[in-house]
Amino acid sequence: MIEQLRRIGVEAMDFLSQLGRASIMLGNALWGLPRLNDLGLLVRQIYNIGVLSLIIIIFSAFSIGAVIALQFHTQLAKFGAEDAVGVGLAMVLLRELGPVVAALLFAGRAGSAITAEIGLMKASEQLSSMEMMGVDPLRRIVAPRLWAGVFCLPMLTAIFNVVAIYGGVIVAIEWLGGDRGSYWTGMQDVVELWEDVGKGMVKSVCFAVVVTWIAVYQGYDTEPTAEGIGLSTTSTVVTSSVMILAMDFLLTLSMYGDFR
Amino acid sequence: MRMRTVEISVGGFVLAGALALIFLAVRVSGVTFGAAEGTYTVLARFNDVAGLRERAKVSLAGVTIGRVSDITVDMNYGEAIVTLELNGSADTLPVDTGAQILTEGMLGARYVNLSPGIEEDTLADGDMIYDTQGALVLENLVGDLITGMRSTK
Repeated sequence: MIEQLRRIGVEAMDFLSQLGRASIMLGNALWGLPRLNDLGLLVRQIYNIGVLSLIIIIFSAFSIGAVIALQFHTQLAKFGAEDAVGVGLAMVLLRELGPVVAALLFAGRAGSAITAEIGLMKASEQLSSMEMMGVDPLRRIVAPRLWAGVFCLPMLTAIFNVVAIYGGVIVAIEWLGGDRGSYWTGMQDVVELWEDVGKGMVKSVCFAVVVTWIAVYQGYDTEPTAEGIGLSTTSTVVTSSVMILAMDFLLTLSMYGDFR
Repeated sequence: MRMRTVEISVGGFVLAGALALIFLAVRVSGVTFGAAEGTYTVLARFNDVAGLRERAKVSLAGVTIGRVSDITVDMNYGEAIVTLELNGSADTLPVDTGAQILTEGMLGARYVNLSPGIEEDTLADGDMIYDTQGALVLENLVGDLITGMRSTK
């Protein structure tokens, strides 16, 4: 009994100390950043994190838009309401699927890469040698990745939504022969700029902060062995995915409220 | 040279992201910037607007000529005041124009239908439409029908 209680206490302390170290790292990395000569590093990271994620984002967005349009169309056609495909697709994408799926893909594609990269730098003692040379690894390695991640995910989400809506156009209109006019006007009548597009983007920014923070921290705090890097990389993807889904529920509840 | 291709693709990425955001605002949520062709507003007083929402259409003879921009309640009379934002091109509506809340199809969205009157004078910005017919609420209709049947027996 006492033994179990002790173990729970140790776990809790471990969790708190991890959160503490992650927060200190975040604070140190962001403190005193925007400096003009770091811009090159930032551009390089936006390329690694954002541009290289484009292909998977575009491909997944197209498939998801197409499949949702297909399901909506077949179900709504039973009531003669195929005209509502555009509205349904836009609402589902802008409010939930766009931010969430883009963030999950981002965690798998960019988050794991960040962790592995920083973890290997630590294992091969590049981080320590930087410190020896008087270069702050938090500023040179961690900060540009954090900023790039926070900037890239909302951009990728916007691109995701647009591509998915066009995926819906191709299935619902070009293939199944829905009406082009009511697809777009139905969408424009119902979708609100702040309520749907804006709040979706707010969600996306929250996910971006959490995913890149987890990825960078897991890399920076990794056990400097081959096995440690593997564990950290897995942990990044698992923790980010769980956090994204849990946060999505809380964000939806607090932003859209009034469900009862 | 390598750095230059990186910069170019990052520039392209940022541009694509910005364009996607603009597309979502303009094409998907249907925002028009700066009231392009000029609009004017007319108020209408209804006894019941059940189910009418902001941005619902305002139509004349089936053609959309504006949108509902605001719905408030007048606590003195217990009536709803609906602000209609009409296109500048439809500025010759007679002052005795009537307004009616109808439903698109069986279960569709509510919209406001205007039926022009016969007066010479036309509605100006900020005028009020009094000749209105509110939304038909199904429960009330059924209730009226039942009491009507009982009283005829």
